[in-house]
Amino acid sequence: MNKTVNQKAWFLVLPVLVLVAFSAVIPLMTVVNYSVQDSFGNNEFFWAGLEWFDELLHSERMWDALGRQLAFSAIILAIQIPLGIFIALNMPKKGVWVSVCLVLMSLPLLIPWNVVGTIWQIFGRVDIGLLGYTLDALGIDYNYTQDPVAAWITVIVMDVWHWTSLVALLAYAGLQSIPEAYYQAAKIDQASRWKVFRYIELPKITGVLMIAILLRFMDSFMIYTEPFVVTGGGPGNATTFLSIDLVKMALGQFDLGPAAAFSLMYFLVILLISWVFYTVMVNLDKRDGV
Amino acid sequence: MEWMAWTLPTAIFFGCIAALLITFTILAIKYPETPRVGILRIETTRGDRLFITLLGSAFINIAWLGIVGDHQPYALLVCLAYAAAVFRWV
Repeated sequence: MNKTVNQKAWFLVLPVLVLVAFSAVIPLMTVVNYSVQDSFGNNEFFWAGLEWFDELLHSERMWDALGRQLAFSAIILAIQIPLGIFIALNMPKKGVWVSVCLVLMSLPLLIPWNVVGTIWQIFGRVDIGLLGYTLDALGIDYNYTQDPVAAWITVIVMDVWHWTSLVALLAYAGLQSIPEAYYQAAKIDQASRWKVFRYIELPKITGVLMIAILLRFMDSFMIYTEPFVVTGGGPGNATTFLSIDLVKMALGQFDLGPAAAFSLMYFLVILLISWVFYTVMVNLDKRDGV
Repeated sequence: MEWMAWTLPTAIFFGCIAALLITFTILAIKYPETPRVGILRIETTRGDRLFITLLGSAFINIAWLGIVGDHQPYALLVCLAYAAAVFRWV
């Protein structure tokens, strides 16, 4: 049978291309242009070449922020992925409680970032916050505005509270798609609960878990609003992640050239890691014959 | 376009990227290919290899600037060698 070739369908993609051009491509090209120039405002630019890139590569400030960012992403992934799987495994599979659980799990995801930050900022305050006041009453020295460890714990717990349910919901969807026959076969073989998880559930949810890891990595690597509202990047620079540092540079100091160079390097790191995750995900799908 | 702060070097840079994308699109239409598995043990098409080349070249340039710090055009030679290797073996 002859296949009909109709290339006119490509025109249907045009609206998306225009949208992406205005929302991503043109701004990115402008950032590249800014990154090799210096500006003192008034739309006047002076050629700087690769000076900003050179300066940033030898800047302790950027490496420190990158280190903090990587540490933050690694910690939240190490907590949220196992915790999300654990919650998904313990969620009911049938009955009225399924809907209740799903709604409860979805609630944190519906709250805007700045509201999450404000909730935790008040929650952690020693004078009026339930968490801060309770910890203080128990004699635990907790003050996220002065102690870097307390600030880190607050930001991490806040992110875990906000986003673990996304991992749990994705893992739950993966678990629900496993046919009952697999569990019956495991029962006949008298497989232990651990072996059912290790050899049936985990391999079956690997694809969906990769999506969860990719989403959580990208989101955590770009985190800005929540830590900015809670700690403002402090105490000192303890919770100044890449995006907070970038905004300080671009809007606080109005250093457009260095900020553009910073943005490009930040973008390249995200692009590289996302590509690695995406490639692994696609290859896993191919291996599983999806 | 003044607000985009164009310069000749960045215009040439984007011109090269656009030319590469157009060339590879034409190649994909005229000479369709099946993906192959190279040393990374992943399936890649010409387009994938171009992406790997461009992304790697960006990092090579940054590494050159950070480590060598001088004679930046030589980094382009390293990028060309890298591109040849990617298209041959990846």
